[in-house]
Amino acid sequence: MDLFINRISKPKQLLITVSVVCGVSALCYVLSIYLDYKVIAFILLLTVSIAAILFDIIPVFAAAILSALIWDYFFIPPHYTFHVGSTEDSILLLMYFVIAMVNAVLTYKIRQIEKIARAKEEKANTVKLYDTLLNSLSHELRTPIATIIGATDNLQSHNRNLTETNKEDLISEISKASFRLNQQVENLLSMSRLESGFLHPKRDWCDIIEVTYDSVKRIEENDISQKIVININPEIPFFKLDKGMMEQIVYNLVNNATQYTNPDSRIDITAHAHADVLELIIEDNGKGFPPEEINNVFNKFYRLRNTKTGGTGLGLSIVKGFTEAMGGTVHLQNLREGGARFTINIAAQTSNLKSIKHE
Amino acid sequence: MNKAGILIIDDEAQIRKLLEITLQSNNYNVNLTENARHGLIAAENHPPDLIILDLGLPDEDGQTVLQKLREWYTNPVLILSVKNNEEDIIRALDNGANDYLVKPFRTGELLARIRSALRNAAAEEGNSTIVCGEISIDLEARTIKKNNESIKLTATEYKLLSLLAKNEGKVITHQYLLREVWGPGYINQSQYLRVFIAQLRKKIERDANRPEYIVTESGIGYRFVCKDN
Repeated sequence: MDLFINRISKPKQLLITVSVVCGVSALCYVLSIYLDYKVIAFILLLTVSIAAILFDIIPVFAAAILSALIWDYFFIPPHYTFHVGSTEDSILLLMYFVIAMVNAVLTYKIRQIEKIARAKEEKANTVKLYDTLLNSLSHELRTPIATIIGATDNLQSHNRNLTETNKEDLISEISKASFRLNQQVENLLSMSRLESGFLHPKRDWCDIIEVTYDSVKRIEENDISQKIVININPEIPFFKLDKGMMEQIVYNLVNNATQYTNPDSRIDITAHAHADVLELIIEDNGKGFPPEEINNVFNKFYRLRNTKTGGTGLGLSIVKGFTEAMGGTVHLQNLREGGARFTINIAAQTSNLKSIKHE
Repeated sequence: MNKAGILIIDDEAQIRKLLEITLQSNNYNVNLTENARHGLIAAENHPPDLIILDLGLPDEDGQTVLQKLREWYTNPVLILSVKNNEEDIIRALDNGANDYLVKPFRTGELLARIRSALRNAAAEEGNSTIVCGEISIDLEARTIKKNNESIKLTATEYKLLSLLAKNEGKVITHQYLLREVWGPGYINQSQYLRVFIAQLRKKIERDANRPEYIVTESGIGYRFVCKDN
């Protein structure tokens, strides 16, 4: 119910309640030959009560006052005057007015209590999320930090037993740990940008082929063993998208696939234009996702049960966040022949200006 | 040959130390300053061959420092920035920076950028042939060869390639390329640029999808790279 209220602006709510009251009154007016004016009071009161459930307090007050005035003017004898004939009718009118108001106020109060309860629940969820974040972070950030501190300590101790090879290995570990740390921080920054809600895509003409190759190149720099195959028709149009976000999406999806498939797996990237919708598919021939966990993988900090360490559980939620920030959708399914397929669909302006030969 | 002098303006002691060791071990004279005021004084007292400027300084905005430097200083300025904020970088390039690096950076990349900036600054204006790997561009005859075989370029393709190649190693912004090659009315027509860059890559790169000469700087522009220089 609350959602319904929030979706409609207050002036619009006022307009709706006033029209409904007028409409119901008109209907009652037509039926007034058959109905006693006291029955009509109940019909109007019912209308106000229903309005009280659906709308905000001010429109409901307006409905209460308006319906009281209408009842008085059109239905209480003498008709077509605000003058009330009998004392009994005056009491009825007063009671009508009070009941309508009480209705509005009570519903309003119930709604306030609901709001507070919801805020409490949200806070509890935030605390839970924060705990998960701390656990995940303390592990994923401290591991590389521990490596760096340990390795540098070892190098600084001038330990004579360290061979040149040992030293080179330690330095290589420091390097790997730093890059891992950097990647984690990048992901956290992306996540906080998404969480801040101030993320607006900077749309510009985007060559999806270039984006894909650039992202894959960054992943291949990490000496991965999986085979990445890109198959995109060179004639695919340009899409007006945020290139930085697209790179993060492709990078995270492919990176995710390289982390959770066997070294001899194959990762396929394809893209199609369906009218003004870009469809980007990234699939692998690994084991796929446990079916009962598929719905959770895009959640923040969610990590599959029984998986090796190495991620913060942020990659896929960043994919979802950036895709949705550009108004798109991401869908994950297991393939019948094994493996997982991520499908991204984003509607965007396209440009078929792909070649200009005579300039 | 005289050692080239590099002035560093950065408030982070660790970065200064890293730059000092890296640059000294590569035969540069290094002068370290930790804020805008000292940096500007040092630049005036001993004008260096190149300045490395951090955008986030404690006493003054790096962009302002850059503007003040550019009132009289003509040698290369290389920007160091922790923000990978494209607008900041584009603004710095518009304010006269020659290049930028985002922290964290690889020192190998830093050295390559310094070499190319110094080389560009020293290059004679009249040099009429640019040779880069398999590619050679004759600016007088307006011809281009790959492995000694002529490549046919359209007038616009040639304009674009020569503009990039003349600034070898330096990032050129989308807006600058659009303005210089197509004219001021085309500044927002970035799809032209994408099309022509793709066409050029097909003609000069070994694999247009894995470009080695015309490198994309995402959200900023393009850079013509000569690996063997």
